[in-house]
Amino acid sequence: MIKLINTDGSRAKNLLPKVLGAAALSVALSTAFMGTASAQDLADVEVNSYHVQGNVWVLTGAGGHVTVQIGDQGVLVVDTQFAETAPKIVEEIERLAPGKTIRYVINTHAHGDHTGGNAIVRSAGETIVAGNEAGDVGATFEPGAEVIAHENVMLSMATANPPLPFEAWPTEVYIGNKYDFYFNGEPVELLYQGRAHTNGDSIIFFRKSDVIAAGDIYVTEGFPFIDQNNFGHINGIIDGLNQIISITVPLEQQEGGTMVISSHGRLSDEADVVEYRDMLTIIRDRVQYLIDEGMSLEEVLEVGPARDYSNRYGNGFISTDDFITAVYNNLSE
Amino acid sequence: MNKFTIKAFAASFLFPLLTAPFLAQASVEGYWQPIYHEDFEERLPGPEAGDYAGLPINDAMRLRGDTWQSGLLNVPEHQCKPHPSTYGFRGIGNLHFQEILDPESQELIALTTHIEWQAQRRTIYMDGREHPNELYPHTWGGFSTGHFEGDTLVVHTTHLKAGWIRRNGMALSDEATLDEYFMLNDDQTLMTHVSIVTDPNYLTEPFIRTNGWSRLHEVNMGPYPCRPAIEIDREVGEIPHWMIDTEQSHAGSIEFSERWNIPLEAARGGAHTALPEFMDTVAE
Repeated sequence: MIKLINTDGSRAKNLLPKVLGAAALSVALSTAFMGTASAQDLADVEVNSYHVQGNVWVLTGAGGHVTVQIGDQGVLVVDTQFAETAPKIVEEIERLAPGKTIRYVINTHAHGDHTGGNAIVRSAGETIVAGNEAGDVGATFEPGAEVIAHENVMLSMATANPPLPFEAWPTEVYIGNKYDFYFNGEPVELLYQGRAHTNGDSIIFFRKSDVIAAGDIYVTEGFPFIDQNNFGHINGIIDGLNQIISITVPLEQQEGGTMVISSHGRLSDEADVVEYRDMLTIIRDRVQYLIDEGMSLEEVLEVGPARDYSNRYGNGFISTDDFITAVYNNLSE
Repeated sequence: MNKFTIKAFAASFLFPLLTAPFLAQASVEGYWQPIYHEDFEERLPGPEAGDYAGLPINDAMRLRGDTWQSGLLNVPEHQCKPHPSTYGFRGIGNLHFQEILDPESQELIALTTHIEWQAQRRTIYMDGREHPNELYPHTWGGFSTGHFEGDTLVVHTTHLKAGWIRRNGMALSDEATLDEYFMLNDDQTLMTHVSIVTDPNYLTEPFIRTNGWSRLHEVNMGPYPCRPAIEIDREVGEIPHWMIDTEQSHAGSIEFSERWNIPLEAARGGAHTALPEFMDTVAE
């Protein structure tokens, strides 16, 4: 059974509407989001935490939800929101795990609403480094928790304009389809998604806790953002959702069991991901069909291949037309 | 008359008064059997594809229905879905209502319902708690709170999973809510269930239905485990659906209207098709 506990006993505010615009604008890896929500707005955001199951908690605030795994070995943090909210993230972690050290930070992708707090969160922690690596590591970065991500996250952040502080970059990157390690009594798997939301997405599977942090592959708030500037692709997002469905196991009657943390939206299980996957697959298939019929983008938009889903999903950060345009462009490559 | 006698005499009047609200309270607890005389065709054989008559739906819902393929139901991850509570009380299977009482105070904390088909289970909290926030997971049963108004059990449900209101692709969004009224007859042997679904994404106005139940005194509620199996070999992620605005997507409503000799407009549904004056329009 899912235990969903607001740790301070209060009802959480719905913080997403006010800051979602800011969070999403930051995908350009700049501070341009300040035009929509000021630094003060972000600093005023309330951070709340909820127990998902096993060792895993989710923290809300501004930007993408933060996933936190807590155990005897310390704390692992997935995504760090913004620099303005990161101190509150650290504060909440210290409240949840008094006396424990943040050992690892993982970035699901490079966008600023998921990495903006990297420097602050990692500086609050420390990864144990010794043996052959010690000299190399010590010479290359300041002490703090290791920040792990796919190599393309590093490439995006290292080439961002305006430049991002070196302290915010990942300190450990991987290539290939998977990176894993054992921490707090369970395997932690980073599963690379190829060209999906960006070209650097990982979903994070906490195997014993039976929780997946899906990053921005799965966004219950609306249509997904296909970041074409960072090589995003609708097929990669659908493939990612299918991978999540292949991992998840419902407790009974297609409910409960493996839990999935949507970066922007509610806690979910397999059936919720199936609904979202079905929706994206159907719309993708329709756009492909209309392209095959020889229609231009304008003609496809006129048909409205997502018009049965736009009431539900088209009022978020990504409009229906922007989503269909991205899908059309992807499928026309 | 001594003091003891006076107290005993007074108590003999007061006791029934104090306990009357509890004794008089209608009790939904127990086993119930669905009565199918109402909307039998829809509820047991099942609705025909393209039959949206009488449903207060919008164009988005029509497209959901037009492009829905029954083949979706044999996709493994769809096979073990139970009915959402917006439909479960309309489907098949006996119903078991149970009370959960606080062991010390004996106050009613919650009612649980269990419908046999696909083991649909649900909790209706009766202790005045608030509904959870937006982060809370959605379930097939939803998050339900209830109270009694007289002898009527009134229930409000949020946090529903995306599902259906009719078994032919008439969708339910995860932003829908459900209001219900459970009413018993005088001897508490019959129960009328009024279901009101509100869905900002697919319904133009609340969708109201009633279902009848009769009390059962002896019943065997069997288990209902479900494990999906691959029934049709498909590519990973292949989702059966009719393509938008094609002959196939339009076929359901056309075939339904021709088979039953009703106007296509009626088959396509909409709130106006549920009203008596719509028949005048049809007659013209």
